[in-house]
Amino acid sequence: MGSVVRVQTGDFDVGAEIRALREGNPAVGAVASFIGCVRDINEGDAVGLMYLEHYPGMTERELEKIATEAKTRWDIFDSLIIHRVGELRPLDQIVFVAVTSAHRGEAFAACEFIMDFLKTRAPFWKRESTPQGERWVDARSSDDAAAERWQQ
Amino acid sequence: MTIQLLFLARLRERFGVARETFALTDSTGTVADLLTTLRARGGEFAAELAPGRAFRVAVNQEVVTVEHPIRSGDEVAIFPPVTGG
Repeated sequence: MGSVVRVQTGDFDVGAEIRALREGNPAVGAVASFIGCVRDINEGDAVGLMYLEHYPGMTERELEKIATEAKTRWDIFDSLIIHRVGELRPLDQIVFVAVTSAHRGEAFAACEFIMDFLKTRAPFWKRESTPQGERWVDARSSDDAAAERWQQ
Repeated sequence: MTIQLLFLARLRERFGVARETFALTDSTGTVADLLTTLRARGGEFAAELAPGRAFRVAVNQEVVTVEHPIRSGDEVAIFPPVTGG
């Protein structure tokens, strides 16, 4: 399966995605995954609706680069990154990352690395609707710090 | 000798334009030169692209620094720090 990235408006079925990722590979001893969801509160305000914009073309390239980088750093088999765009609501799934490996340590680390880099490198932007109106979400310095950990 | 200039997310809304064909002049050699020209338009361009404001520039879909050269046919995108995931 290799490194697969998908940017889509529709939802995804986590069970089906994980089954497909490890299908037919008896060397897989570990699958680590992460699901990001829309929260109903941000910066203390209720969020009713969220819009995810991206930069078509560059988004896929950046995600592929991140997946390739994970594969060079850790002994993993396959990885899958799915990121949704368009209109989303609280409870919706936004992002899914799954990594297969022989052992859990490599899978956990690679999965966390992919998410940390996705948050700071992949060209996605969130606009949210709150009772005070619409606003673009600001980047967080804690996300930069999380990605910088991996440089050491 | 033109480039495609793209503005994304909050910057697209502020500038009121998503994409424009931008004519290169002799003085457009680098990203820094392009930013100087855009700031000279004044208004939101001057405010949002002011030195010290947080934005990123990608040339042909790769994030670059201000020293990066710009050549005819390039796709140059200017956008806010990313907030996906």
